[in-house]
Amino acid sequence: MILFDGVTKLYANQERPALDEVSLEIEKGEFVFLVGPSGSGKSTFLRLVLREERPTKGQVWVAGKELNRLSNWKIPALRRQIGTVFQDFRLLPNKTVAENVAFALEVIGKPASHIRKVVPEVLEVVGLEGKEERRPDELSGGEQQRVAIARAFVNRPILLIADEPTGNLDPGTSVGIMKLLDRINQLGTTVVMSTHDQAIVDQMRRRVIELEGGHVVRDQSRGVYGYAR
Amino acid sequence: MRANFVASEVSSGIRRNLTMTMAVIITVAVSLGLFGASMLVRAQVSTMKDFWYDKVEVSIFLCGKGSDTPSCAGGPVTEAQRDQIKADLESLKPLVDSVYYESQAEAFARFQEQFKNSPIVDNVKPTALPESFRVKLSDPTKYDVVASAFAGRPGIEQVNDQRKILDKFFRLLGGLQLIALLIALSMLVVTVLLIVNTMRVAAFSRRRETSIMRLVGASNFYIQLPFLLEAAVAAGIGAILAVVGLVFVKIIVIDQVLATSFQFTAFVGWDAVLAIAPLMILVGVGLAAIAAFFTLRKYLRV
Repeated sequence: MILFDGVTKLYANQERPALDEVSLEIEKGEFVFLVGPSGSGKSTFLRLVLREERPTKGQVWVAGKELNRLSNWKIPALRRQIGTVFQDFRLLPNKTVAENVAFALEVIGKPASHIRKVVPEVLEVVGLEGKEERRPDELSGGEQQRVAIARAFVNRPILLIADEPTGNLDPGTSVGIMKLLDRINQLGTTVVMSTHDQAIVDQMRRRVIELEGGHVVRDQSRGVYGYAR
Repeated sequence: MRANFVASEVSSGIRRNLTMTMAVIITVAVSLGLFGASMLVRAQVSTMKDFWYDKVEVSIFLCGKGSDTPSCAGGPVTEAQRDQIKADLESLKPLVDSVYYESQAEAFARFQEQFKNSPIVDNVKPTALPESFRVKLSDPTKYDVVASAFAGRPGIEQVNDQRKILDKFFRLLGGLQLIALLIALSMLVVTVLLIVNTMRVAAFSRRRETSIMRLVGASNFYIQLPFLLEAAVAAGIGAILAVVGLVFVKIIVIDQVLATSFQFTAFVGWDAVLAIAPLMILVGVGLAAIAAFFTLRKYLRV
């Protein structure tokens, strides 16, 4: 699903690369935690997968495509296969829950009949039935993140990128979000999640990739957060 | 492509950005109005040229008793000179369309007719007016050919081109048209800058939407289309206002005021307005689209 081959990313005006000769592979259907301190390269890793950045050196393969060779006009097609969830939810405040989810389909030109059918389905999957007409500011943080996950998942992506999705949530709410991401993973979507949340990583017991200073310092299946190494 | 989705995005974009959109509409209307007006003046000049050049003549005045130019040193024009001039004029066909000889008696009659309400008539004797050839040219711009052939020749006092008088007037109109065109062009530049800025503000106020659109894989075209249409709609409204203004100028200023006050000349017809209006709309919408396109390439990249 994702293959990094000797990837180095050096941002302009910086001496130390954000990622330094990183090589790793993530298989289809995996659930992977990306851990490490701030500035360790987690965000750069995710931005490279989304082709928001290009590597300075090395190759990034996503869903069978080498992203350096992907022409600009094919980027939207790549991103339609990838769902994205962020710490700050990134919902549209003037749209209802259902409209926020529908927006993701409208802007890629899906027909209205399709949208009417799949939006209620995905809202049921994330447990928001009955709240379709609410606006984001009427929802709790956990509910807002469920809307964001519904929007990321509504197009049935093969890969879900979650950048600290529980970073703004309390522990109890985070557990619910993790259960939801786990369920999405069970439905066949590969999930890559960056996090600082030790309790969640320790509890889930999935593959853990730890970055530090742009290097992979640990890659462990069924791992723990591991600052207490 | 979901047409109603795009339409609702465009209308909400315009509403959100109403003051800037109004500014775009007004500058587009004013600059295109000036542009159209200058085109109209140009059409007017060419209408008047067609009308007047058809009527202007080259006058070849022959020497009379009191003539004191060097070419008249030999006294009044002789019969032989007059016949030779007429024959030479005839030989210049087809440039010379027609030649009409006006005798002193005819010149006096015309003079009396033109100044019948003035006491000057009583002081002028028939012999004071020169006899002349009135020459109509098939191409009035080739006056020089006639002038160089006849000016200074014995028996000819003066060769006069009526077109020269008209040309002064046309140059004035042409100057006015150039000024209007320059103002219009600078206004169009202002319009483009304003559209660029409006697009920047619009892109900024919709950055949340566009960032989500990029993430979920909307195509560039889909992301930029609402902005392009917004600019095109604003410019289109401005262009329509400018065309309406032009039609009002034609109906009120030209047809009702100028044409009734100056009946001796011709004014531009509706065919000129019909030719200019699409050009105005094309220039307006085209400029807006180009300005928007380049702004969006800068501010809304994938």
